[in-house]
Amino acid sequence: MEISTLPPQGVTTRTRRWRRLRKVVALPLAALALAGCTVPSFGAKQGATKTSRSTYHLWQGFSLGAAIIGGFVILLILYAVIRYRRKGDNIPRQSQYHLPLEMLYTVVPIIIVFGLFVATIVVENQVVADPKTNVTINVNAFQWGWKFSYPGTSAVVVGQTTQAPEMVMPVNTDVHINLTSTDVIHGFYVKEFNFSRYALPGIRNQFTLHAVQTGTFFGQCTQLCGLYHSLMYFKVKVVSPSQYATWIAGFTDATTAQAASKATSQQTSSLVPSKSTASSGAN
Amino acid sequence: MTDVLEHPLDVPEHGDGHLHDEHHGPSGLLKWITTTDHKIIGLSYTVTSVIMLVIGGLFAEIIRAQLATPNGTLVSLSQYNELFTMHGSVMIYLFAGPFAFAGLANIIVPIQIGAPDMAFPRLNALSYWLYLTGSITMLAGFFTAGGAANFGWVAYAPLSNSINTPGAGADLWIGGLLLTGFSAIFTGVNLCATIFYLRAPGMTMFRMPIFTWNMLVTGILILLAFPVLTAGLIMLYCDRHFGTHIYSVAGGGVPVLWQHIFWFWGHPEVYILALPFFGMVTEIIAVFSRKPVFGYKGMIFATLSIAALSLGVWAHHMFTTGVVLLPFFSIMSLLIAVPTGIKIFNWIGTMWRGEVWFSTAMLMALGFLVTFLIGGLTGIYLASPPLDFFTHDTYFVVAHFHSVVMALVLGGMGGLYYWGPKITGYLLNERIGKAQFWFLFIGTQVFTLPQYLLGLDGMPRRIAVYPRDPQWKMLNDWSSIGAAMIGLSTLLFVVNVAVSWKKYPAGDNPWDAQTLEWFTTSPPPHHNFYRLPQIRSERPTWDYNHPEHRSLAHGDHDDHGAQAPGETVPAP
Repeated sequence: MEISTLPPQGVTTRTRRWRRLRKVVALPLAALALAGCTVPSFGAKQGATKTSRSTYHLWQGFSLGAAIIGGFVILLILYAVIRYRRKGDNIPRQSQYHLPLEMLYTVVPIIIVFGLFVATIVVENQVVADPKTNVTINVNAFQWGWKFSYPGTSAVVVGQTTQAPEMVMPVNTDVHINLTSTDVIHGFYVKEFNFSRYALPGIRNQFTLHAVQTGTFFGQCTQLCGLYHSLMYFKVKVVSPSQYATWIAGFTDATTAQAASKATSQQTSSLVPSKSTASSGAN
Repeated sequence: MTDVLEHPLDVPEHGDGHLHDEHHGPSGLLKWITTTDHKIIGLSYTVTSVIMLVIGGLFAEIIRAQLATPNGTLVSLSQYNELFTMHGSVMIYLFAGPFAFAGLANIIVPIQIGAPDMAFPRLNALSYWLYLTGSITMLAGFFTAGGAANFGWVAYAPLSNSINTPGAGADLWIGGLLLTGFSAIFTGVNLCATIFYLRAPGMTMFRMPIFTWNMLVTGILILLAFPVLTAGLIMLYCDRHFGTHIYSVAGGGVPVLWQHIFWFWGHPEVYILALPFFGMVTEIIAVFSRKPVFGYKGMIFATLSIAALSLGVWAHHMFTTGVVLLPFFSIMSLLIAVPTGIKIFNWIGTMWRGEVWFSTAMLMALGFLVTFLIGGLTGIYLASPPLDFFTHDTYFVVAHFHSVVMALVLGGMGGLYYWGPKITGYLLNERIGKAQFWFLFIGTQVFTLPQYLLGLDGMPRRIAVYPRDPQWKMLNDWSSIGAAMIGLSTLLFVVNVAVSWKKYPAGDNPWDAQTLEWFTTSPPPHHNFYRLPQIRSERPTWDYNHPEHRSLAHGDHDDHGAQAPGETVPAP
């Protein structure tokens, strides 16, 4: 490897100015990076799972970048249109090229894009990670409802539209989801999880949810699936592992069969079907 | 030295020996039906597509009215599905594309490059009639028993199969799309052939105006993308009627295949829609800053890279399917931000140290710039899979692409105010135009910004009612107010056309513009030019009118009058 041994060509005013500028820019950026909690939410929420929080931080990072870059560009536009508004019939200097400047605004965005990509990959690897776990839930979407079954147990929850069947899952545990669809494409989406995934016919989509907070969260089909798409509701109830075990144990084969028959007999004929929940889980 | 070529384009298109003034063809309706004149065809395209804009806009207003309350009952659930399907279809397939790549392009591109007409005038006429027929076919779905298509403008399989969507409306949608698809392909052929073969003497590739460049790239993208959609639609039709199982699991098919095919067309389509408007805005900003396009060649390379990248990003619409390679499509999509950023900085650079004249066209272009910036920045989020999982199929996405397409509407309106005088010979009223701009610009932001928040609060797309989440009402109402303002702005445009009808004669070059179309009369004669200036840069009209003000690179000296107009930009 050849290392240039040329002495520095003397520090010009321009490089001195640049160094000062670098200090001015770098300090607040570093401060922002250190005080992560002071970054605004930009409209998103932390959410209730481990990965919803990484997604939230990624959101903050992207938003911060967008706010800085967008603000800078808006200021440039405003400056240009106010400072250079027409004042007479003069013909301005017909400058067309400024290669160093053009290179600058090509290279800097490339660097920013790769930064965003690295951050994306880090979070993406967390979100799509699918570790081995004991708790598995089979989620089956159909027009226009959801069926949550728990393999190895007799627990099944089924419901249509505004019955909003409830998916019960334990907190602080990796929960493996097998997502399928019996007819068209549906979207499994829970706002507090900052996450969605398609339920596809013929494909089993697998992912892991790891809730860090108990509570009941609304979910809804997000992919157009026909007439009652607007009302294809469900709920996710995150409970403590012991409550979860009790809930699972409350199911016997009899209650499962009853729940299943009740759900299938209920035809979705009116806009808003009866509000009762089809699941007979011992909550 | 002569710097004007007299009658340079006399013979090639006409073997019959008569002069251009002597065209005594049919007039009135018969002329319109039989014409192969690119200007009349282009005008027909423009008027038809603006009518489509109004129709699609009316659908949008009904959608917004339905969402004004959590339990809206203005339309039924199935009618709502028809409305948003046809709103999206009309706006994307029947308005935005045809308006830009067939309407204004048809009128302007041949004149900008000094050509007498498009390369294939009869094919051009066929394109228009296919487009009109296709549009009517698609809209005819409303008059069938089952109503219009209701599976969304993306028609995802298996929702679009004959079991889930049995009606004739869906078939008419497919048929209409096939017709307009062929129309687009023929227009793409015509644009490429015209630009490659019919340029005037001296008009080298790197002397073509940015609008023409963008139309060339659009034409190439059309040729690469539209046949894929056409093939996909034919397969969809076969699945529906001839018992094939290409997209159905039952027969061993793959539903996701439709998404791959659709978006392999669909994402280039985004740029097929956008590039023409980028071109319009580039021309407008340069003319109304009285400067050349800043970074002209960089602009062209940015356009080419956008087009190249756009062919490798389709699966970013499919991140949540779980069956695509996330990092590849993520980085490809993110990279599009780079050439797009170059364009934005070039536009600002064009205004920098210029003389920015706030005509209606320029205001529209500036409105485009700001709105497109918002749409572009929010698009970067969607290129990141985790953030796409978060916002996919919510109103965040709806808001994102409405920011983008409303930016295009702003740019297109700018195009109409800018080129309208060239096409008709008359200016539009500037006072009404500015009122229209403010309604359109503010309305757009009031319309989209609440939708971003709704999306973050979890409101899914394509829902007609939201009884469980009444807290979404307020933001929806704001969005509806914005939509009403946009509707009002469209009304103002119609009023403006009526008020200004043949009132303010424009003259050949009302804006002191730069490109070749402003050298001829307004409206141009039958085969566009009686004479041509020397073409020695991408702005021959400017060189002719201001020979002492040539384009300068960084470090060049502004030596007034030292150079002849012909020597501004060296031949590439």
